[in-house]
Amino acid sequence: MDAIILLTLTGLGLAALYFLVASGLSLVFGLADVLNFAHGLFLGVGAYATWWAAGNLPGAGPDGLGFVVAVAFGVAAGTLMAVLVELVLIRPLYSRTIEQVLVTVGLSLAGVALLQATWGADARPFPRPEWTRQVTPILGAQVPNGGLLLIVAATLVLGAILAFLRWTRYGLIIRAGVENREMVTALGIDVRKAFTLVFAIGGAAAALAGALGSVYFGTVSPQQGGSLLIFAFIVVVIGGMGSVVGSAYAAVAVGLLQQFVNYYGTSGLGDICVVALLAVVLLLRPQGIAGKVATA
Amino acid sequence: MSATSVPGSRTGQSQSGDDSATEPILTVEELSVRIAGLHILQGVSFTVAPTGVTVLLGRNGVGKTTTLRAVVGLTPRNGEVGGAVRMGAEDLLTRPTHRLVRGGLGYVPEDRCVFAGLTVAENLRLAERRGSTPAYDRVYALFPELDRRSRQRAGSLSGGQQQMLAIGRVLINDNRLLLVDEPTKGLAPKVVTEVAEVLQRVAESVPVLLVEQNLAVVRRLARDAVVLDAGRVAWTGDAKRLLSEAALTKSLLGVGSAEVQH
Repeated sequence: MDAIILLTLTGLGLAALYFLVASGLSLVFGLADVLNFAHGLFLGVGAYATWWAAGNLPGAGPDGLGFVVAVAFGVAAGTLMAVLVELVLIRPLYSRTIEQVLVTVGLSLAGVALLQATWGADARPFPRPEWTRQVTPILGAQVPNGGLLLIVAATLVLGAILAFLRWTRYGLIIRAGVENREMVTALGIDVRKAFTLVFAIGGAAAALAGALGSVYFGTVSPQQGGSLLIFAFIVVVIGGMGSVVGSAYAAVAVGLLQQFVNYYGTSGLGDICVVALLAVVLLLRPQGIAGKVATA
Repeated sequence: MSATSVPGSRTGQSQSGDDSATEPILTVEELSVRIAGLHILQGVSFTVAPTGVTVLLGRNGVGKTTTLRAVVGLTPRNGEVGGAVRMGAEDLLTRPTHRLVRGGLGYVPEDRCVFAGLTVAENLRLAERRGSTPAYDRVYALFPELDRRSRQRAGSLSGGQQQMLAIGRVLINDNRLLLVDEPTKGLAPKVVTEVAEVLQRVAESVPVLLVEQNLAVVRRLARDAVVLDAGRVAWTGDAKRLLSEAALTKSLLGVGSAEVQH
């Protein structure tokens, strides 16, 4: 029984990580039709910026309020990076899919190489508050606090994005734009501002995933973003392009499936099952769980 | 202008002698559109009068929708646009769609294109512009149904209601010219009449360039007609005259007089 609870909660922790990466990816694809392979880089930037801030930024540190400052710095760095990528690289290439893929793949490779050249290829220990190393007993299971932190953070981000989409003018523009971008411009709205905004939101969420994921794993390495990005893409496709709620459901499905199968089956089988789940969803419901809508 | 050589064409757009009233609101000159190698419009020239409804007619596939979309800047990225389109003194072809619309060019697209996942109220709210007061009174006076159904998802409305929403969305703002693409397509006869009535009232205050296949609606609304054929203007002139001459209607539009009567 406690194994099941532990697996469920660690699976949800993994799901939280996937969701943080996938939500932005999904909104960017749904609204702007951009397949952003550089999204993993935002995660890497967030992780390294948090790591750097904890050691070097005045006021920031590995514990207490200092840790919050370090994470905020990391999120800000990831957001800035995402906005710059959109303005400088993506904006001149809208509706040129091949060029977008080339430039974002190139950027992600260059970014990882840059992180490696600067801080080395090996994983580095991540500064983190003492309590995140500990476990909380829940119904007999010893659940790592780092995972719980991820679950709480992802839930808050989900709530914040949904509130933003539902109650704000830009949220309305994004929901409409995911449905029919051309018609949004035909109502007199400059939809490119909304593109920059979804990149910013996606960059912030991915950077948060980078920071809190590194807390969970205890280390930071340049390749982290890339490997998470693969599963995030799977989550986006299963959830439905452009749907934040769909991404949340799909992230939970993928995280739990992976965790349970890896535990009860052979290690690595869970990853294969995730790909199998993707194939089944594509066959039965190619538009994804939620179809192409920006909310539920 | 290619239109001057064809029978029935005339140079002045309005019967009134006042010069300021005859200045066209929209001038299309030698408009050409090529999309993916297809030369869809090959030098289309016509003007739209500053009042009333000008209807753009022609068989399927002659480029009516392409013309409207080119005017409002929605030619696909792989398309090339040539010629000139002017509203007053402004050159429209060099400006992005959202600026044209903010400048008073209202566009009601073919197939309504309401946002199905958004509520009626959200569809209308999206059309609001900063710096101008949204004219909900005007919209709800024309379409009381939209007020009653404001919290309903637009996707669950009937075709006629969706068309009302698509028109209402444009009328939230003041416009200098409306482009309306096949507003009665696929609607029940009773609803077609309702839509025509609404457009008639709208056209009392703002000029309309209308694409419409239903000739009964054309007869009711249009004063001027521009007929396209194979990417060019084949005829321009008085819409009533066009529809009253069966031979002309048949040669230009390929329909018999029985269809015109209805």
